Amino acid sequence: MPSLRQIRRRIRSVQNTAKVTKAMEMVAASKMRRAQQAVLAARPYAERLETLLTNLAAQERSENAPPLLQSRPVERIQVIHITPDRGLCGGLPSNINRATGQFILENEHPASIVTVGKKGRDFMVRASRDVLASFIEIGDRPKVEDILPISHLIIQSYTEGAVDQVFLAYSRFVNATLQQPVIRQLLPVQPAELAPHEQVGYIYEPSSRVVLEALLPRYVEMLVYHAVLENNASEQSARMVAMRNATDSAKDMMDELTLHMNKVRQEMITNELLDLVGGAAALEQ
Amino acid sequence: MLEIVTAERLVFSEDVDVVVAPGIEGELAVLPHHAPLLTVLKPGEIRFRQEGREGNLAVTGGFLEVMGEKVMVLADAAERAEEINEERAQEAVAKAQERLANRGDDVDLERVLQSLQRAQVRLKVARRKGRGEGAPSRRPE
Repeated sequence: MPSLRQIRRRIRSVQNTAKVTKAMEMVAASKMRRAQQAVLAARPYAERLETLLTNLAAQERSENAPPLLQSRPVERIQVIHITPDRGLCGGLPSNINRATGQFILENEHPASIVTVGKKGRDFMVRASRDVLASFIEIGDRPKVEDILPISHLIIQSYTEGAVDQVFLAYSRFVNATLQQPVIRQLLPVQPAELAPHEQVGYIYEPSSRVVLEALLPRYVEMLVYHAVLENNASEQSARMVAMRNATDSAKDMMDELTLHMNKVRQEMITNELLDLVGGAAALEQ
Repeated sequence: MLEIVTAERLVFSEDVDVVVAPGIEGELAVLPHHAPLLTVLKPGEIRFRQEGREGNLAVTGGFLEVMGEKVMVLADAAERAEEINEERAQEAVAKAQERLANRGDDVDLERVLQSLQRAQVRLKVARRKGRGEGAPSRRPE
């Protein structure tokens, strides 16, 4: 049985851990709020761009559509695997790693992988996958400039014909307690079907073709940026929940240990009393 | 209604009377009841008039959409005049010009020219803001 002092030391250690996890929880909560706001702030641009693209693509759906719209026979695929840089956020990294890993295994075409974030990179390297490029430390407040190298790389390898299909894998932020791994096709761009009454007869300057060609890279950038933002919000909320659970179980542990400590102390006192009483009785005889 | 959004945020959203924007084929002005239009923008200045007052913003390219009574600018980046740090913009112009003057083989000419253009636009917008508010510009141009 551990001595009183040992138990006290253990309680103190658990208490310190609880302080750290509590602090991390609060930091993650405030970062999550900011990350959520960033997702919301990006929405007007994203929605408008999507509508414009749908409108334009409906007109240009022909043989000579711009390359980013044209699908071709698939021989090689590319997966953009977006994960957090840091751990201590529950099952989030392993969930998205598992989802992407499974997707690559089940896809019949060889895949090259671009990782964003250390957790995904480490996983893919460990699984000895073909990692084409890895981006790390994008930070808590990503800007569009930060993700431009990623989207340039994707567009380049697609237009050069190195890959024929590009997928985007990231954790979607559903709410503070739920994040979902998502894998969606990025290239070729798949515009939504448009109902005829929603079509607008724009005047295009200089021409619809030029506008569309300028729009497509922006659209890809926007999707990647959006995925990075979602991943960031997911990471912070997952960390917040994980740290709250850790704090709670540290509290439980402290209660248990305190109870245990009191029992041990009481036992000691009882034993000492017994000794005294026994000694006194022996003397009387 | 003029709305300017970037991928990161909503920069501007107010009712205005007229918008002048740097279209790829030249500057264009949009008045109420304009036909639906979609054009590519080049780096430049977006000016607008609002009940007699004038205002302006710097954009580094993007798209402009006219739809009904609304002008929507999807900018790659946009800054309001008061957000621009004039000194920094001036520095950027100087740096780009210097790089252009004594450029080595490794310099990407296209990129330097682009950043020069962007910096000049920001500087122009920043300098105009003093006059827009009625204060005389002390700086000779």
